Amino acid sequence: MIEWIAQHIFEKYNYWISIVIMLIGFYAMIAKENLLKKLIGLSIFQTAIFLFYISLSDIGTGWGLRFGTAPIIWEQGIHEGYMYVNPLPHVLMLTGIVVSAATLAVALALVVRLYEEYGTIEEEEILEMEMGIERGT
Amino acid sequence: MSAEKQYGRDVVIETIVRLMIPFIQLYGLYVMMGTEGAGGGFQGGTVIAASFVLYVTAFGITRGRKNFPESWNAAFKCLGLYLYAGIGLLCIIFSLGAAEYLNYAAVPLSNIIGHADTRALMIADVVEIGIGMTVMAAFVSLFFDLAWKEESVEEEEGGGGAEE
Amino acid sequence: MLPIEQFPVLVVAISLLSALTILLAGGVNRKSCFFISLATITFQFILSIFILRHVLTVGTIHYWLGGWRPPWGIEYVVDVLNAYVLIIVLFLSLLAAIYSKRSVEQEIEARKLPVFYTLFQILVTGLAGVVVTGDMFNLYVFLEIASLAGYALIAAAGGRALRASYNYLILGALGICFYLLAIAFLYSVTGTLNMADLRVLLPTLYANKAVQTAFVFAFIGLGIKCAIFPLHTWQPDAYTYAPSAISVIISTAMAKASIYALIRVIFSVFTVDFITLFPIFDIISWIAAIAMIFGSILAIAQFDLKRMLAYSSIANIGYIMLGVGLSTSTTLGLTPALMHILNHALMKGCLFMAACAFIYKADLRDIRDLVGLGRKMPYTCFAFLLASLSMIGLPPSVGFVTKLYLILAALDAGEYIFVAVVFFSTLLMIVYFWHVIEIMYIRVEGGGGNKISTGEAPMSMFIPGLVLAVLCFIMGIIWLIGTPLPLMDAINSGLGLGVVP
Repeated sequence: MIEWIAQHIFEKYNYWISIVIMLIGFYAMIAKENLLKKLIGLSIFQTAIFLFYISLSDIGTGWGLRFGTAPIIWEQGIHEGYMYVNPLPHVLMLTGIVVSAATLAVALALVVRLYEEYGTIEEEEILEMEMGIERGT
Repeated sequence: MSAEKQYGRDVVIETIVRLMIPFIQLYGLYVMMGTEGAGGGFQGGTVIAASFVLYVTAFGITRGRKNFPESWNAAFKCLGLYLYAGIGLLCIIFSLGAAEYLNYAAVPLSNIIGHADTRALMIADVVEIGIGMTVMAAFVSLFFDLAWKEESVEEEEGGGGAEE
Repeated sequence: MLPIEQFPVLVVAISLLSALTILLAGGVNRKSCFFISLATITFQFILSIFILRHVLTVGTIHYWLGGWRPPWGIEYVVDVLNAYVLIIVLFLSLLAAIYSKRSVEQEIEARKLPVFYTLFQILVTGLAGVVVTGDMFNLYVFLEIASLAGYALIAAAGGRALRASYNYLILGALGICFYLLAIAFLYSVTGTLNMADLRVLLPTLYANKAVQTAFVFAFIGLGIKCAIFPLHTWQPDAYTYAPSAISVIISTAMAKASIYALIRVIFSVFTVDFITLFPIFDIISWIAAIAMIFGSILAIAQFDLKRMLAYSSIANIGYIMLGVGLSTSTTLGLTPALMHILNHALMKGCLFMAACAFIYKADLRDIRDLVGLGRKMPYTCFAFLLASLSMIGLPPSVGFVTKLYLILAALDAGEYIFVAVVFFSTLLMIVYFWHVIEIMYIRVEGGGGNKISTGEAPMSMFIPGLVLAVLCFIMGIIWLIGTPLPLMDAINSGLGLGVVP
């Protein structure tokens, strides 16, 4: 029993934390009605995905903090048995962070325009206004 | 001038920011040279953009807009990406179609450098500076688009909207 | 390395450089933006024709970016499927660019014109990159480039387009994050991101739960981008309220590039062996059948012309997914789905061009207002008539060819219910398309109706529409003669289909 918990929960704690944060962000995207709060949910969701990737790159022995080090090759240190973490997920997530920042920028510009157009950023009120405009025509 | 007086200039903040900004930009430039240490184009560009945001926060957005006009931002964006994509094309052109797109070792620098790796790393630094310029210009342009209202010159609203 | 092997990269790189040139040149002279964009897309289209010829005669192009060999570097792989979809995407982008000159002048403010054409060129760059790449993460990057440009371009119309674009942004970003999670699972199990390498490494791992979860995430994520039936809710608003040229390009080129990405991930990374282990394709076929009927029924209920065409697009994406779902149980393989990728792009492009020409000339959005337009705008309505007849399935047109091959595939697989579904959805399509044609040509303006006094649309707007409409029928005859069928056989054998176990 303890081994089952240790193997499935304690050793994979990084995946559990990442999934919990992902679901918190996902809930915010679906359940909140304020347009800005949805964007914050999107940002939390994407951050959790970056966390998932970067936690994949850790290597080494031991439980908890594994002992890989930053992957910069240092001429004197290359023979002393340093274990470098896998740099590829870090590089991939740099690209991902750029994409996430650009998406947030476009979304915020859209919210600014929506506020200028409708005067509110609550989704319910915008829907009511659109229904009102439709029935008015 | 009276509008700026209403904004509330503070000698302490202005002096400290004036001292800090060059060091932040130097650090950003160090981070941009990612081939010898940690960092890369995007990270360095973000740090330098943060220094611009610090300038606008301390000195007011009207003055910020006057010092960084939108045409310079557009020029920096295009110049940076021209460096990146153009050097990639140069690799094809200089090797007459034999090498691939971003194969930096194919660009013939002055022939005192014989190793392909060293040539590749040097040109990669130039490309990183290009990417950093684009990222910096893009973030500063974004900041001004979200914070600056073109009709009215109200610093309080501009500063408040940016920090929202 | 032959010069022609550099062409896949040039298609993407020249487009990116020209996007920046448009931004700089727009500061000097606003009218030059359109011409730079048009010249670049023409150049890309000519390159893609050369690529197709090279791939058919010599073989697949493998291109290693930066000289780094796979699996460490990014690889561009262009085989027959890539070259085929690339020509479709670039041809439709070219016609949309020609169409955009007059319609953009009316809808977008003059000082924002350089930014509009910059974003348009970035959209074409992203779509060309999606089709050319052979690396999973590179596919994510290019799909995001195209999508971000798309969000900004759809919102350029203002008004209700802002909320449509916001909905599309939230759903699209969610979908692409699911695809990124799929890449994470695959990378954690195999350690590589290259599509060909994954194809070699995955077969021993089919029982691994991470691989199965990765398939589900990738399918749902790319399905949100393609607007497959239950995940389509962003699509009607986005197609309806977008500016005219953007409606044309996202309903044709962007939808086709997304479907290509889905087909590539399903068939080239998770090969046919994985899919036949689980009843996935049965579920896909049933969802596609529901989409075909649901899309058509909702299209009948619409009053707005562009919204009706958007719901009709949902039904046609259902046709393509039915072709995908039937592909492992029939000797025809993916042929119906690939045919419909080309055919639907031609037909839907022509229909949207005509609908937006009506809006450009006289702001006619509602179907009931189009009374008697057949006499006032003869060429545009003729193009609309030809494309509608093609969608309904009149014999030598491309719509007929698709429905014929779908019915043949369903009969070959022994699923007679899908034959009934195709017939029923064709009947529904006749209802809503003939309704519009009847109002345009046959109904006479009665008393009290609003009189339209308008002339023909400008030449740069109806000539692309007429070209597409005539191509609908000419391509139909070419499909029936059988000239492109060896291409389809090459694609099927490349993906391992076309042989029933």
